[in-house]
Amino acid sequence: MDYTATQSGFRQRKLQPNMRLRNTSVDGPEGSQLFEDTSGPAAGSQTGYSNQPAGPQAAGFPAQSILSDPMSNLAMAYGSSLASQGREMVDKNLDRFIPISKLKYYFAVDTLYVGKKLGLLVFPYMHENWEVCYQQDTPVAPRFDVNAPDLYIPAMGFITYVLVAGLALGTQNKFSPELLGVQASSALVWLIMEVLAVLLSLYLVTVNTDLTTIDLLAFSGYKYVGMIIGVVAGLLFGRLAYYLSLLWCCVAIFVFMIRTLRLKLLSEAAAEGRLVRGTRNQLRMYLTMSIAAAQPIFMYWLTYHLIR
Amino acid sequence: VGLRAEEEVASMAFTLYSLIQTAILCTNAVAVLHEERFLSKIGWGVDQGVGGFGDDPGVKAQILNLIRSVRTVMRVPLIIVNSASIVLLLLFG
Repeated sequence: MDYTATQSGFRQRKLQPNMRLRNTSVDGPEGSQLFEDTSGPAAGSQTGYSNQPAGPQAAGFPAQSILSDPMSNLAMAYGSSLASQGREMVDKNLDRFIPISKLKYYFAVDTLYVGKKLGLLVFPYMHENWEVCYQQDTPVAPRFDVNAPDLYIPAMGFITYVLVAGLALGTQNKFSPELLGVQASSALVWLIMEVLAVLLSLYLVTVNTDLTTIDLLAFSGYKYVGMIIGVVAGLLFGRLAYYLSLLWCCVAIFVFMIRTLRLKLLSEAAAEGRLVRGTRNQLRMYLTMSIAAAQPIFMYWLTYHLIR
Repeated sequence: VGLRAEEEVASMAFTLYSLIQTAILCTNAVAVLHEERFLSKIGWGVDQGVGGFGDDPGVKAQILNLIRSVRTVMRVPLIIVNSASIVLLLLFG
């Protein structure tokens, strides 16, 4: 009903601080929609409803006897207005703590993007152009650009990792349901610590980058793909297959991270063209290398106890 | 056979609670550093942090800035959080 109005209200409120936005307009006419509008028939019936207040009775609802009572009509209208008010309040307050509209950007993926990204994570050697496409100063949604980070793959990878870990522990006769929770919270804690460490080191080296915290979370979550491949190979074909596939995925993730982060962390120095002092440039290079090198270490650390 | 299953996984397992504990302990450690008695003596005082102007503060200046801001901002919340955790530990062990 008022959904589009609320959306544009959000958009205007966020445009004022002039921050870099990720919530491109949902109803953009130039095809920059985050999500496809699948509400065709429903939208038609909704506009029909708002245009004709006497609609329900004219549409011939089966429970006409309830709706024809004016008191229940009033109660229904009051209840629905209360519900929409409550929802607006919750949305407004929740958006202050968890940037939900920004999160939506990271889940705007489709199957083609996921397939290409997974292929890129395992075999990044043939890909040439690692730049993220921008559209009027906002990054394009992941479904249109294979280089953009997303949160769908890391989230699914994390959950799959927990399940595969349970499976692997089961083959060693060590499984119990509590272990799933232990594995999940342990991996989550390592992830949080890694993101905090990267944030701290980015702050110390004063890199002027447009990497947000959620971007770093996404990059740190890409290693779960390699871990899952290693563990599954180890379960199917034995320890040698585990080590080989883990080695391949470690090198692939290392190259992927370096090529992606190089553009984000070192781009300022390279793009400005002027001579930057050697130590700072070197520091940034070391930072990129260490972030990329931390990924294989974590991949091994979190999976070696699953394959015995 | 060695450890049981839960112990073996739990030996490297962290929980979110241990993360909170780590955060509290680290913040306490940073907040305890005394300005006059310690930081100035080793050349990490507030006046030694702000070097030249311009867009390159350097790693040392950033660290000193971080320490100073943690000590200023987190003093009161740390009192509250520490008191709460002391009470909780006394009650629930």
